[in-house]
Amino acid sequence: MTMLHVINAELRKLRRPTLLYSTILVVVALTGLFTSIVFLRVESGRGEGRRGEAITIETLSQAQGLAFGFKLVAFFLGITALCVFASQTAQEYSLGTLRNLLVRQPARMKILAGKYVSMTIFAVALVLADAIVAVAISYGLAGHAKVNTTAWFTATALAILGKTFLNVLLATMAYGTLGMILGLLFRSPISAIATGVIWTLILENILSAVVSSTTKWLPGQNFTNISQGGSPDVSYQWSLIISVLYLASAFAVVAILFKRRDVAN
Amino acid sequence: MTTAISVQDLTKVYGDRSAVSHATFDVPMGAVCGFVGPNGSGKTTTIRMLLGLITPTGGTGSVLGESISHPERYLSRVGAMIEGPAFYPALSGEENLRVLASLGGFPQERVEKLLEKVGLEDRGRSKFKTYSLGMKQRLGIAAALLPEPRLLVLDEPTNGLDPSGIQEVRNLIKDLVADGTSVFVSSHLLSELEAIAEHIVMLREGKVLFSGQTRDLLRSQSAILVAKPEFAVDLSAFLSMLTKAGFEVTTDEGAARITADADLAPTINRMAFEGGITLSALTPIRPTLEETFFEMTGE
Repeated sequence: MTMLHVINAELRKLRRPTLLYSTILVVVALTGLFTSIVFLRVESGRGEGRRGEAITIETLSQAQGLAFGFKLVAFFLGITALCVFASQTAQEYSLGTLRNLLVRQPARMKILAGKYVSMTIFAVALVLADAIVAVAISYGLAGHAKVNTTAWFTATALAILGKTFLNVLLATMAYGTLGMILGLLFRSPISAIATGVIWTLILENILSAVVSSTTKWLPGQNFTNISQGGSPDVSYQWSLIISVLYLASAFAVVAILFKRRDVAN
Repeated sequence: MTTAISVQDLTKVYGDRSAVSHATFDVPMGAVCGFVGPNGSGKTTTIRMLLGLITPTGGTGSVLGESISHPERYLSRVGAMIEGPAFYPALSGEENLRVLASLGGFPQERVEKLLEKVGLEDRGRSKFKTYSLGMKQRLGIAAALLPEPRLLVLDEPTNGLDPSGIQEVRNLIKDLVADGTSVFVSSHLLSELEAIAEHIVMLREGKVLFSGQTRDLLRSQSAILVAKPEFAVDLSAFLSMLTKAGFEVTTDEGAARITADADLAPTINRMAFEGGITLSALTPIRPTLEETFFEMTGE
């Protein structure tokens, strides 16, 4: 019962219009942009996919074409989740509101679990918005791009869409969990977000490009690989296992810190 | 249960510094207990230990009969405002209270009633970041009242309030105590505390200097008789007369301040008369809580 109280309280904070609408607007805009580029530039011959892979009309006409635009924006969904999770966690320290929460709910693990569940609900809403916009734009632009959509309405296509939704959600949650870990560790939204974004967006990509063998060990690269359902270089299962190991061990450490640390600010 | 709060040897050490050192005191049920001490004396640390926010280094304590090592057993009956109000700036005052009401499982209907009680009914829907310090303080008090507490812990509740706001808080505290709530309140407005607190706990450098009834604290201080000669030229003769008689005397604005109980007033009056000095005033005064505080804490 008390867990439901925590989730309800956290959702009240997350559904404030400035946070909810602006985040969904960013996700919708990015999804719209990336999906449109794929369909409008499909015959450019320059390859608009990840790492320059060629996307052809034939590729998009297959069953997986329906989910193509959707999974393309997964990385940005992840970064958005990282920022939201980090700020929502760290702000309790920087605003001094953690003491109010703990006076009303002294079971600290319930606070942490309730926060995580409510932010998961928020992440599901983001991924859902992404999926709806991506599928709608894909269908809308398919005619213009001369993509045959017959294979999109088969059971196989729907299964791929469902699997992609799950993978994008898992990746988004992995990025969000990383954000929460950083938020608990740094106790400052700016420090947590800056560290998370600089690491996953810049440092990991440089490392991965310079020393390709590091890719399979970098958390952000593995999170993104989950959203893509695996890659020729790193398998889906590997990314899933290594991500769970990284996140579970780091989360255990910060959860112990959260439980034991004095709230003195 | 006769005590709302009871602590024995409560200690908190940070590195080599003791924030609170072997504090022992009781706060009776159904009364207002003032918690006073200079800045950095350990008041807020003590309050945080009572609310389960800080783990004590040593000692024991209980709140509403439950050990402070299990705050989940009593916090649903405790309202608290610690070290100023802290809320989400992008949410309205009302929404901030609703977050806490949801968290504590309290009825949402209480939110509007409490906003009205603290005089924020017109600004409840404004964002917290637009509030003045006084309004923030009122919202903090409303949040503390959400659980209909049996014990209310307030840390500097009148900070930033104007005189009428201070009076409202004083009346609010009196009303709550009349309804059976125990109030543990720290404040730098000692005259306010003297007016409402039957009990006082005084801290200095983490140690309890006094814990007990306010009147006992004030009685324990030496009484003063202020005697003013009719003519200013008689003051020095009067002072030497008192000193010879063994009284401890200082001067203040043409009057002698004599450390003596009120029942010695006739003796001093007679002494002055016999020395040919007429007194225009002879007034017994008790030191205020503020004077007592300064004397005891050496501030």
